Amino acid sequence: MLEIGGLHKSFGGVHALAGVDLRVDEGEVVSVIGPNGAGKTSFFNVVTGLYPPDGGDIMFEGRSIVGLESSEITEAGIARTFQNVRLFLNMTVLENVMVAQHCRTRAGAFRAVLRTPFLRREEAEIEARAKEILAFFGTRLVGYRFDQPALSLSYANRRRLEIARAMATRPKLLLLDEPVAGMNPRETAELTGLIRKLRDERGLTVVVIEHDMRVVRDVSDRVIVLDHGTKIAEGSYDEVSSDEAVIEAYLGRPAEVG
Amino acid sequence: MDTFLWIVRVGAIILLIWGVAGTVVQGLSGRGPTGEAWRDLVVAGIAQGAMYGLIALGYSMVYGVLGFINFAHGEVFMSGGMVGFFVANYLWEVGLWETNFVLAILLVLLSSILTSTLVAVIVERIAYRPLRASPRLIPLITSIGISFFLQYTFAGLFGVAVKNYPPPPDSLRSRISLLGLEIEGSKLLVIVVAVATMVGLYLFVEKTRTGRSIRAVAEDKEIAALMGIDVNRTIVATFAVGGAMAGVAGTLWALLFRGVSFITGFLPGIKAFTAAVLGGIGNLPGAMAGGVLLGLFEGVGPQLVLAGFGIPGVSQLKDVVAFTALVLVLIFKPTGLFGERLSAEDRA
Amino acid sequence: MTPVDLRRTLRWGSLAGAVMVFTCAVGLFEAFEDRLLVYPFLSLGHVLLLWFIPLAGYQATNEPVLEGMEAPSKGLHNVMAGLVAGLAGGFLTGVFTVVVDAFDVRDVFVRLSVRLVDLLTHGWGVPGGLVLIVGVPALLGMAGGMLHLVSASVRRRLILALEWALVMALLEQVFSQVLRQLRLGAVGNIIFTRRALEWWAALVIAALVVLLAERTRGGMGRVKGYLFAADAVRRTRNSIWSALAVLAFLIILPQLLGSLLSELLANVGLFLLMGLGLNIVVGLAGMLDLGYVAFFAVGAYTVGVLTSPISPRFDLEWSWWAALPVAILMSVVAGVLVGTPVIRMRGDYLAIVTLGFGEIVRILFLSDWLAPVFGGAQGVRNVPGIPVGVTEVRGSQPVGVLYFAFGLVLVAAWVSWALQESRLGRAWTAIREDETVAAAMGINVVRAKLNAFIVGAILAGLGGALFAAKVGSIFPSSFELLVSIIVLVVVIVGGMGNIPGVAVGAVLLIGVLGGPTQPGLLAEFAEFKLLIYGALLVFMMLRKPEGLLPSVRRSRELRGEELSQDAWLDRSSGDVEVDARPAGG
Repeated sequence: MLEIGGLHKSFGGVHALAGVDLRVDEGEVVSVIGPNGAGKTSFFNVVTGLYPPDGGDIMFEGRSIVGLESSEITEAGIARTFQNVRLFLNMTVLENVMVAQHCRTRAGAFRAVLRTPFLRREEAEIEARAKEILAFFGTRLVGYRFDQPALSLSYANRRRLEIARAMATRPKLLLLDEPVAGMNPRETAELTGLIRKLRDERGLTVVVIEHDMRVVRDVSDRVIVLDHGTKIAEGSYDEVSSDEAVIEAYLGRPAEVG
Repeated sequence: MDTFLWIVRVGAIILLIWGVAGTVVQGLSGRGPTGEAWRDLVVAGIAQGAMYGLIALGYSMVYGVLGFINFAHGEVFMSGGMVGFFVANYLWEVGLWETNFVLAILLVLLSSILTSTLVAVIVERIAYRPLRASPRLIPLITSIGISFFLQYTFAGLFGVAVKNYPPPPDSLRSRISLLGLEIEGSKLLVIVVAVATMVGLYLFVEKTRTGRSIRAVAEDKEIAALMGIDVNRTIVATFAVGGAMAGVAGTLWALLFRGVSFITGFLPGIKAFTAAVLGGIGNLPGAMAGGVLLGLFEGVGPQLVLAGFGIPGVSQLKDVVAFTALVLVLIFKPTGLFGERLSAEDRA
Repeated sequence: MTPVDLRRTLRWGSLAGAVMVFTCAVGLFEAFEDRLLVYPFLSLGHVLLLWFIPLAGYQATNEPVLEGMEAPSKGLHNVMAGLVAGLAGGFLTGVFTVVVDAFDVRDVFVRLSVRLVDLLTHGWGVPGGLVLIVGVPALLGMAGGMLHLVSASVRRRLILALEWALVMALLEQVFSQVLRQLRLGAVGNIIFTRRALEWWAALVIAALVVLLAERTRGGMGRVKGYLFAADAVRRTRNSIWSALAVLAFLIILPQLLGSLLSELLANVGLFLLMGLGLNIVVGLAGMLDLGYVAFFAVGAYTVGVLTSPISPRFDLEWSWWAALPVAILMSVVAGVLVGTPVIRMRGDYLAIVTLGFGEIVRILFLSDWLAPVFGGAQGVRNVPGIPVGVTEVRGSQPVGVLYFAFGLVLVAAWVSWALQESRLGRAWTAIREDETVAAAMGINVVRAKLNAFIVGAILAGLGGALFAAKVGSIFPSSFELLVSIIVLVVVIVGGMGNIPGVAVGAVLLIGVLGGPTQPGLLAEFAEFKLLIYGALLVFMMLRKPEGLLPSVRRSRELRGEELSQDAWLDRSSGDVEVDARPAGG
């Protein structure tokens, strides 16, 4: 589904990505791990078109997406969340999810002004779909929460809403950047289950950047380890966790391996 | 989108070449302006551009330090020229203007600098300081308000009539031969004073403590504050220095065009901002160079390019040339010809 | 007893003095000295001169009460501080007066004349009149300080009463006109003398306001309850009824106002139309467009050139209705041409570049080069009116223009609302909040912004088309940068992103102060209009960047506050208080 070859990106002499090759197959949950500054988030940013790569190729479903606008990449079927949760804080919970369906809907200014039947139908569908997606997270984001601004949400709910927003773009591939950061163990366990459900029930392919090794172990079909902008290991969780290079990369940070 | 930009780019170049070619053809057939006329246009353009450059410094410094366009800077410039007029007029009445022109002009410059500096600093204190943390369009809108407020305050205080400076002595009105080039004295004076001021500013920013603080604050306010720099004082200093430069420009402008009124600040202000962007905002030598370039563009451009199309009354379109330059620069080279110098937060 | 903070007091006092001196020096006081507000003693000049003093007297001891701290006790010290602040302000003005009297500075400061000293001293000359110059501010400052002694609700009522009396006096023209139309002209003749309110009438009005203030507050609550009923079906029904009521009011209004006031209101309609358009660009899509006048000019010139029988180039004499689609088309073209290059720029660069475009358009219309088509400085004359049925809407019949403008405003308001509540509107909000993320969520940022630009351009073009038919002749001088700025002030003062807000802004500014070339109710302000506009813009940015009638979302954005969960709940459950600061502030 996603095939990346020789991906390079540097910021003012720092090589964030120095020739990364990797592939993600349909229906997989792949974790990307690595010490801080290993280039994980840069990898997401380049794939989703926030920054253009300096070199290398990104193929999504057999088509190169290098050089596309980030909105075009989303339209092609890749959605993401952000490490530092970037919701539209002044929009309501429901609006956050509705606005993300932008590229899957069509009604333009004309129809909006004339309030055509097409538009009304589409608006109703957008709203119904948004509510359906929010229901995926149980009761936390539904009911009276629909009309609250996102800034009124707790941290964990913001993370959930961000995933819901990404789901609303109807992606085939979902990129989650540290989805459980800052959550307590119970919330973490719940979200781990949700990630699996995303794949099993929704048929999404998921790539997760994560520091919490229990989550990595529980969700991943495959783990990819980055360090200094290159891939140093790849395989199942067990293979990777016993890999010499990985242990070396993490040396001095045993807590994070645990 | 990108196609559109390419069309604009290619179209602009074709029109440019076509216009210049048309002018050259006219020139060869002896219908265009004479060589001397061209030379005068160039000199006038440089003199005008030198003043744009001086004003542009204020825009550039404030943008560098605070990250917003101080739209009212044109009025800071006007205030200097306006108060300078009253001093000049007084000196003319007491006779000093004619007997000792150099001293007189120094006094006028001094008053002009003081006024502009004062206005710039007061505006910073009242209007901009409370808005440091606001989204960046808020201080811009505020400065538009300040701009109108200052214009009509000056109109109220000093009346709406155009204030005509006393004529410079004959020696300045005649042409002076310099390196084989004959240049009108007053324009030469403008250029010389502008260059001297610019050199002074450069030394100030590079060599003095305050200058170093200004550069540090432009780089990163928080770190500068951690390094023990008084950020508030430095920002005031920035406005003061920018105001002083505008004050010099105010007097020079009034000397060259002999008139100041309350709306004098508007157009030069916008154009000086264009110059600042042209040279790369935050880049002080760039601002000066941008000013001179813009002055040349609008001085020579209409004759050189537009006349080639057989357009009548090209000098009316001087401002169109300047604004088109602004639009084109911002489309294709928003970082300016010589590179902008901004901190990461201001660039976002 | 709490000691008086002398530094603070003197600071407010000298600020008040500075306001007084400024008012004199720019000529505001002298210009309005003979415009009486309350017969026979209070003129508009007095109000402009002295309004800040009570405020300063009040502020001198107005400490913010922090939670958990004991509220400072009220007492004589408040009054003393007010007195001192007033004295300080009066003293500064006194010094100023003495200086003006002693030296002739008229060659430099054109307003500082003998007459000014005369007016300031009430004709008592310099040593004697100084008593007045110092005494009156001292008393007013003291009065300001005394406001601390009464309870908050009494204070609010007193201020409201003062505001009402002044507003009634200021808008004498409207009130007597409406009274005349209601066959109550006699009442008008009794309470108004020489355009001013009789002193006893002012007292009666103030007393009525004081008595009724609390009742109307309750009434406002009921209105709110009616409009924002919890039950969705009832809410819809109620809002339809209130919309009909507003419509009926708008239909009757011109009949009450007579042609002079209708003319003013027609200008309000014109600027409201443009304000709604700019609101889409600035308020919804978040782009500060300073060249909005360009689209207005394009609309006006297109209609002018196509319809005028003495159009410089063409000889088409189309009807306004035939020219309208062309005007809209040209606005769209202009919107695309200006919008496409500027949309990717940083916000502040976009502002300046659009300003540049606005000037380019005006200079081109003015130039000899295009004069064969657009008439250069002579412009296009004899633009016919708008044929509607058997009649014709044109400038000489302001009531017709007013109805027509209302119609267009309703269309514009509908367009704004429909877009705001649509997929596109949500995309604009998202872009305003975080452009990068909006793009990453699949929104084509450039296209969404261009849409806003085009819709804005169309509404401005519509405004231009109406303008051409209304004034009958168009000159480049009608399309100065000032138009863009004033429309921007209307949007900002009213409340960015909020349709009723823009309407309030248009009525208050264009109706009362007037447009760039159009006189408002206070036509006598013409000379100082832009001074006031500038000051207003600065004041709003410093104090209420979200405008008088803000949209909730926009005010949160502009204040950059991130409220905690609980704070937000508190705010949404309670009634949001309208800021009740003394007017003018």
